[in-house]
Amino acid sequence: MLIGRRPTLRRAALTAGAVFSLLLLAGVASAEVLGQPTPGGLGLPATVTEVGAETQFFYNVILLPIISFIGLFVLGLLIYVCWRFNEHANPVPSKLTHHTGLEVVWTLVPVLILVFIAIPSFRLLAHQVEIPEPKVTIKVTGNQWYWSYAYPEDQGGGFSFDQFMKTDADLKPENGDVRLLSVDNEAVVPVGEVIKLQVVASDVIHSYTIPAFTVRIDAVPGRLNETWFKAEKEGIFYGQCSKICGKDHAFMPAAIRVVSKEKYAEWLVEAKKKFAKVDDGRVRVAAEADAR
Amino acid sequence: MDAISTEAGAHHDHPTGLRRYLFSTNHKDIGTLYLILAVVGGLIGFLMSMAIRAELAHPGISVFPGISALLHGTDPTNIDAAKNLYNVFITAHGVLMIFFFVMPALMGGFANWFVPIMIGAPDMAFPRLNNISFWLLAVALVLVVLSTFAEGAPGSLGFGGGWVFYPPLSSNTGHPGPAMDYVILSLHLAGASSILGSINFITTIFNMRAPGMTLHKMPLFAWGMLVTAFLLVLTLPVLAGAITMLLTDRNFGTTFYDPAGGGDPILFQHLFWFFGHPEVYVLILPAFGIISHIVSTFSRKPVFGYLGMAYAMVSIGFLGCIVWAHHMYTVGLSLNAQRYFVFATMVIAVPTGIKIFSWIATMWGGSISFRAPMWWAIGFIFVFTLGGVTGVVLANASADRQLHETYYVVAHFHYTMSLGAVFGVFAGFYYWFPKMTGYMYNETLSKAHFLLLFVGINLVFFPQHFLGLAGMPRRYIDYPDAFALWNYWSSVGAAIAAVSVLLFFYTVAEAFMRKREAGANPWGVGATTLEWTLPSPPPFHQFETLPRITGSGHH
Repeated sequence: MLIGRRPTLRRAALTAGAVFSLLLLAGVASAEVLGQPTPGGLGLPATVTEVGAETQFFYNVILLPIISFIGLFVLGLLIYVCWRFNEHANPVPSKLTHHTGLEVVWTLVPVLILVFIAIPSFRLLAHQVEIPEPKVTIKVTGNQWYWSYAYPEDQGGGFSFDQFMKTDADLKPENGDVRLLSVDNEAVVPVGEVIKLQVVASDVIHSYTIPAFTVRIDAVPGRLNETWFKAEKEGIFYGQCSKICGKDHAFMPAAIRVVSKEKYAEWLVEAKKKFAKVDDGRVRVAAEADAR
Repeated sequence: MDAISTEAGAHHDHPTGLRRYLFSTNHKDIGTLYLILAVVGGLIGFLMSMAIRAELAHPGISVFPGISALLHGTDPTNIDAAKNLYNVFITAHGVLMIFFFVMPALMGGFANWFVPIMIGAPDMAFPRLNNISFWLLAVALVLVVLSTFAEGAPGSLGFGGGWVFYPPLSSNTGHPGPAMDYVILSLHLAGASSILGSINFITTIFNMRAPGMTLHKMPLFAWGMLVTAFLLVLTLPVLAGAITMLLTDRNFGTTFYDPAGGGDPILFQHLFWFFGHPEVYVLILPAFGIISHIVSTFSRKPVFGYLGMAYAMVSIGFLGCIVWAHHMYTVGLSLNAQRYFVFATMVIAVPTGIKIFSWIATMWGGSISFRAPMWWAIGFIFVFTLGGVTGVVLANASADRQLHETYYVVAHFHYTMSLGAVFGVFAGFYYWFPKMTGYMYNETLSKAHFLLLFVGINLVFFPQHFLGLAGMPRRYIDYPDAFALWNYWSSVGAAIAAVSVLLFFYTVAEAFMRKREAGANPWGVGATTLEWTLPSPPPFHQFETLPRITGSGHH
C-alpha cells in the first residue's frame, strides 16, 4: 500500500478520528460558509435559489427518507431471515416457491412509490429547465482550462474576460481565498434577478456547475446550451468543472459573485474599463466557438 | 433424471500442455483461461485504484509524480505528467475492470464453465469460435495496457479522457497521439470477442439443452447469460460503429463528431450510452443468476418465483436498452426527452425489486446453512440494494442536476459494480471453486476475506455519497480542503480492501497446497443443478450420453 508508508498517515488517523467524532457531535452547520463546500459535510450545500431549495426539498424530504427506509427494510428482512430460518432454528425447509399475492404486492408497492417520487420530480424538472424572462444574459465559454464570460452590450456590458484559478502563490487566505476555488476575475451578477447563462465550449466538452444554485450544464463545442438561476443572497459562489476535459480538469473552477443591484451597476462600469483591452481577443474566441 | 455418463471417452483427443490451452476448444479449459485473464486484468485495475485512493487520501498532489517517474521516466517534479497520468489511470481502471475483469470472470469464466454443464450439454456449440473469443480478448488487454505508454495528449503518454471516450477530448482536439487509436483497436477486438462469445452462448442455450430441459426449467444462471448475450449482440455493434466513426474522425478527416464539419459531439454520447447502459446489465445479470443459485442451494429451497425471476431479468435487459440518455441529463436535452428518460429509468426499479424480494423469499422458510458462498450472496443482496436505491435518486433528472458527475455517482455505480458485481464474482468463485478444481478451500479464510472486503469497500464508497452531495466532482486529482475528511476515510477503506485481496490469493494458494478433496457435491441437498451430479473436477468431456430431465426440480 502506497499510503501505508506515508509518515503522516498515523498522525492523520488519530486527528481524523477525533475530528470525526467531533463533527458528528457538533453538527456540520457550524462551519458552513455560503457558496463553498463545508469541511466534512454530510449533505447538500446551503442553497440560495428557489430551484435549489426545491431540489433540496426533493432530495432531503422525499428521496432520502424513502431510500433510507428501503435500505433499512431490506437489511432488517435479511437479518430476520438469517436469524429465524437458519438451519438450527428451522431444520426442515418449507417447499413454498410461489405466492401470487405476495408477488403482486412487491410489484405494485414499488410502482406506487415511484409514482409518489415522480410527481414532485417532474414539477421540479420543469422549473429547472424552463427559463423565465431573464434580466441579465451572460455567455460562458469553457476552454482548456479556464472559463470565459461575455456580458452583452445591450445590458450595459459589452466586454468579456477570462477566469483562471488562482495559483497557490497568489492565494490570500486572509481575503477569504480558497485553494482550488478562488479565481482571478470573478463573474458578477445582481441579487434577486433572473440570470440566463448561455454555455458553450471552444475546444473539448466542459461542464459549468455552481452547486449552491443547482446550476449544471455541459459546455459543448458547437451547441449553445442554456440554464438560469436567481440568487436570493449576496456572496461568492464557487463551482468546479464537471466534465473531464484533460490535464487540468481539476483546476478550472467557476466563481460568481452575487452583489446588490447598485454594486452590479458600478461593477459594470469598472469592468468595461478593466476588460476593454482584452475585448477584441475575447470576441474572437467567442466567434471561434460559434463557428466550430 | 437418469443415465448420466461421466466417463471421458477413450477415443477422444485429450491434448496436453501448450496444445491443450493455446488451441483449446474445451469449454472448461477456455473458462479457466478467461478466469486467469480476469485475475490479471482485475489485479492491474485494482492496483490503479489503490494508486488513485493513495493520491486522494490527502489534498495536494503527492503520489502520482512518483508513479509517473516510475512508469514513464518523467521528472518526479513534473506535476503536469502526474495530472495526465492520473487521468490515464482512472480511464484504464474503468476499462480494465469492466472489459477485462468482470466480463471475463462472469461471462468468459463462469458461463463458459457452467452454462453447458447446467443445460446438460457436452460443450459449447462452436468450440473453435470459443477459442478465438478468448484470444481476441487477450490481445485487447495487451493493447489497452500498451496504450498507456503511447503518446496521447500532446507531450504526454496514454489516453486520459475517462472510460466514456467523449470526443472532442478523445478526438484530435484532445488526444491527437496514437494512444486513443490503441484503445479503439482494443475495444474493437474486445467487442468482437464478446459478440462471438454471445453468438456461441445463444446458439448453445437454444439448441443444446438436454432432453426435457425446456427454457422454463433452465437454471437462472443460464437465463442470465442468455439475456446478457442478447444485450451484447444488440448493443456492441453500436459501440463498434461509434468508435469506428471516431477512428475515421481522428485519422481520415471525417467530421461525425466535429461541429466544424457539421457533426455533433453529442451523437457520440448517444451511441456510446446506447451500448454503455446495457453494458452495466451485462455486468450484473450473470451475477444475478449466480446469487439465485447460491441462495437456493444454502436455503435448501428452490428459487422463489422462478418464472418471475427469469422474466425480471428479461425485462431488465429490455428496459436497459431504452434508458441510455439518463447518463446525459446535463448535455442540453429537451424537457420532454428528459421526462421520458426519467420515467423509463425509474421503471427498472420494479423488476430489480422483484429480484431482491424473491431472493429474500427464497431464504424465507428455508433452512439456511451459512457456508462461505452464502455470506457473499447475502452481502451482495444488501450492497446491491444500496446501489439500487441511489440509482432511483439519480434516475430523476431533477436530482441528477445536483449530483451528476459528482462522487455521488461514483458511489452509486461502485455499489452496484464494485460491491455488487464483484461480490457476485467472488460468490460464484467460492461456490464453484470446489467443482472446478476438485479441492475445498478453507471456509474460515473465505469468510474472513468477505468480512475484510465488506468493511473495507463500504468504507471506501459510503463516505463518497457525502462528498458527492457536498459537490465534489469526479475525476479530480486534487480537491478543495473541505473534502479532505471523507476522502481520507475512503482511502483508509481502500487499504483494508487491499488486505482482503492479499487474503484472497492466500486462500486460493492454501486450497491448492492442502488439496482437500471436495467431492462431487460439497454443498448438500440444496445443490440441485447438473454440475453437482458430475465428479469434481468434471471429466474433460461430460454428458457423452445426454442427461434426461424429468419433473420440475431444476431451478
